[in-house]
Amino acid sequence: MGLILLLLLPLVGAVTAWAAGGLGPRWPRWLAAAFLALDIVWLLWVGLHADGPGAWLLHLRLPWIPRFGIGFELGMDGLAMVLVALTLLLGLAAVLAAGREAEQEPGLLMANLLLTLTGAVGVFLALDLFLFFVFWELMLIPMYLIIAIWGHEDRIRSGLKFIIFTQASGLLMLTAILGLVLAQREALGGPSFSYTDLLGVPAPEGWAIWLMLGFFLAFAVKLPTVPLHTWLPDAHTDAPTAGSVILAGILLKTGAYGLLRFALPLFPEASQAFAPVAWILGLAGVVYGAVLAFAQSDAKRLVAYTSIAHMGFVLIGVYTWDILGLQGAAVLMVAHGVGTGALFIMVGTMEERMGTRDLSQLGGLWSVAPRMAAVTLIFTLAALGLPGLANFVGEILILLAAFAASPLVAAVAALGLVLAAVYGLRLIRHALHGPGPGLDGIADLTGIRLAVLAAMLVLMGWLGLGPQPLLETTAPTAARIAASAPLPP
Amino acid sequence: MPPTNLSALVPLLLVMLTPVAALLAIAARRHHEATAGITVAGLALALASVPPAMGTGPGQVTPLLRIDDYALLFTGLVVAAGIVVAMLAHGYWRRRPEQAEEFYVLLGLATAGAAVLAAADHFAALFLGVELLSVSLFGLCAYPVRRTTALEAGLKYLILSGVASGLLLFGIALVYADSGQLGFATIGRAGPIMGLGLALILAGLAFKLSWVPFHLWTPDVYQGAPSPATAFLATVSKGAVLVVLVRWLIESGLYDAPAVVVPLAVLAVLSMLAGNLLALLQEDLKRILAYSSVAHLGYILVAVLAGRGLGAEALAFYLVAYFVTTLGAFAIVALLSEAPDDERHHLDRYRGLLWQQPGLAFCLMLMLLSLAGLPVTAGFVGKFYLFAAGVDAGAWILVAALLLGSAIGLFYYLRVVAVMVLPQGDRAAGGRLPLTSLIVLAALTALLVWLGVYPTPTVEAALAAAAALG
Repeated sequence: MGLILLLLLPLVGAVTAWAAGGLGPRWPRWLAAAFLALDIVWLLWVGLHADGPGAWLLHLRLPWIPRFGIGFELGMDGLAMVLVALTLLLGLAAVLAAGREAEQEPGLLMANLLLTLTGAVGVFLALDLFLFFVFWELMLIPMYLIIAIWGHEDRIRSGLKFIIFTQASGLLMLTAILGLVLAQREALGGPSFSYTDLLGVPAPEGWAIWLMLGFFLAFAVKLPTVPLHTWLPDAHTDAPTAGSVILAGILLKTGAYGLLRFALPLFPEASQAFAPVAWILGLAGVVYGAVLAFAQSDAKRLVAYTSIAHMGFVLIGVYTWDILGLQGAAVLMVAHGVGTGALFIMVGTMEERMGTRDLSQLGGLWSVAPRMAAVTLIFTLAALGLPGLANFVGEILILLAAFAASPLVAAVAALGLVLAAVYGLRLIRHALHGPGPGLDGIADLTGIRLAVLAAMLVLMGWLGLGPQPLLETTAPTAARIAASAPLPP
Repeated sequence: MPPTNLSALVPLLLVMLTPVAALLAIAARRHHEATAGITVAGLALALASVPPAMGTGPGQVTPLLRIDDYALLFTGLVVAAGIVVAMLAHGYWRRRPEQAEEFYVLLGLATAGAAVLAAADHFAALFLGVELLSVSLFGLCAYPVRRTTALEAGLKYLILSGVASGLLLFGIALVYADSGQLGFATIGRAGPIMGLGLALILAGLAFKLSWVPFHLWTPDVYQGAPSPATAFLATVSKGAVLVVLVRWLIESGLYDAPAVVVPLAVLAVLSMLAGNLLALLQEDLKRILAYSSVAHLGYILVAVLAGRGLGAEALAFYLVAYFVTTLGAFAIVALLSEAPDDERHHLDRYRGLLWQQPGLAFCLMLMLLSLAGLPVTAGFVGKFYLFAAGVDAGAWILVAALLLGSAIGLFYYLRVVAVMVLPQGDRAAGGRLPLTSLIVLAALTALLVWLGVYPTPTVEAALAAAAALG
């Protein structure tokens, strides 16, 4: 029941917010925030009182389509709980910090935001592959609408690009899911889409590599991994602020989560054979993302490209298959979610108040809006891996694990940190220093938005200085995934 | 004929009686509401008699018809679709000057033809059903005789359907000449005459099903015909022909014959790709839906080709989902055909629909997402079934085409969505919408989501229907 309520609250919130659109422009936002806050409280409550069987803190399995062995199976372990918490917190931040876009049809916007969040929570909780796929696809349409209705310049095209990429790769994953279920039909005495059932039998020989690739492609598009990343800069840039926050902060994490939860444990041998390729793809992402971020003249695109670099790190961490690397990937996922979300809020604020995102026209923020400048500075430093902030913890863990696996990989990945400093400092120099446009009368951060960003700052600092609670929460999951690795030949 | 067989025949008889009753009522007095009411009531009675008939067990009723769960499921489906179209037609014609009563007679006759096809077990029944359906459809398409586009649609359908019927009849004759039999279950030895006969039959049916390259009539007819007639054409006429084709293929054992499988696979791939690609180029919603139906008929072929196991079951489920979705989409198109003589549906007319008529736009969006196969809609489970059938049969080329087609399909479905959410709109808020159409639309939308969220009952019905084919 606890898990169902976790999903139901944002869903009911979506309907309520939509219905409340007629009451007044402020109602949808406050209702959406209230439902999300309620959901966070509920998550804490069930998280603290959970003592589920075996690996799962909470587990639920109801029959759904017995013909195919499809069940409504949900489960929450440490990793899922952390990511659901991230989803709800960032969702709350996005709802509260939504900018000018929330003036047009706020009810529908909040409804779409909450529907996306429902889908994401479902992705993190689903343990039935069919159900997982349903939630995976469920995130797409509201996100598409957010981009297409409330977005910027080229919004229709960017939204379409986003959805075509994810949907096409999603169908590949569906094919792989079906292939896996049908291949295991005999071993399990009937078709079953249950993750726990499928985990209990060895991966089908000969097929495993193809099935694993089907999963990998879908997750690699979402992550995104070079060369499947081209939807990301467009979608992030043209999405409204609230949409960018959710897209970067949460939707990208579903890709990494899918790798951790499904691709590795279900296909251990195939994944191990594939690991070097994944490392190379991850390194390519780290370097390519950083270089392209440096070359951008649009602040929002710059932030978008940094996501590619960070997710490259996550990919490397996941495929080290070592408990350090897996833990590092988990921390970096959370850190990137909070940090990039905050940066998108900042860039959105700059655009709203200065009318441009062009780096060559921005500038001089320190002198007129010191709070805005300070927040931007700290989150940029976090993105480039400054010790004391959360990204550093994740990156150092990943580098340690990568060094054990292959010193060369670690060396190239470390190069990515240097490049990150280059683009980070460029953003700081152009946006915060130097001469700016006529900035008189620019309002500094105040009110709710300041409070949201301050809370995110505290979270970043807390995770950077004392990551132990987070690490302890995800440790059992990471240990289980690490234990699923096949012994080296 | 033993009485149990007669009770199995009750649904079919009731469907047949419906147009007769409507005709008699018109002879007594012309009254639009009454005629529509009689048609809906008659078809509803027929629909209600389907579940009791399922209890009688499978039975051969004359050599021509076989009433089993398969036949009854699809009889129920086409009759339900007939009811939906009759209610849509009521809202549609009420706002137009034509005398609409005979439309319902033709609709009843066409539904009867489709019901015959659902149970046909013999080439004579197949031909009777196809002709009853097609000849009624000429009338339905060209019903507003003063409208040139409708006349053009009717004429196009008449000529191409006539050619297709000719091919079909010639094919049947050749099969008979070779084997001396007309029952589905018997098929003669392989030989040039038999081969030619099979090819002609398949070509004739492919015309009716508008598989590429036999699809050329589809967009013009869809666009020109009155929207309720288009809805009927897109669902019932396609579905019924497909149902009889599958029964024939299974009972004759032609499922495994490469001479049948390979051409059908080629048609499937062509339809999926060409249908979707051509839909990208359209600017008119009815034409988009026409090409989309070409693609969907290609998708369904994946189920047909997947064979006995999951194939027939997938076909049954997909058809149910396709009927609900397509009828829903055309229900909205029919609702938005404001001008009495206008059947053009340029996408510009849907600009900003979300802000003017949120309810309608929301329904249309769900229908389009269902056609695209996205979750919590019927189309999603249908597509899942097709993928399952394709993967189960190991038909990788077809699965790849299905995947590619679905990805392309998203482009044009979302294009319509994107137009609907554009800020400004130039269409004036329409007058009051007819209640019957709104009821139908609400029911179809609810059904669409229900099938997507809890498909289990329908899955079981599909399973029973597939089991009846053996």
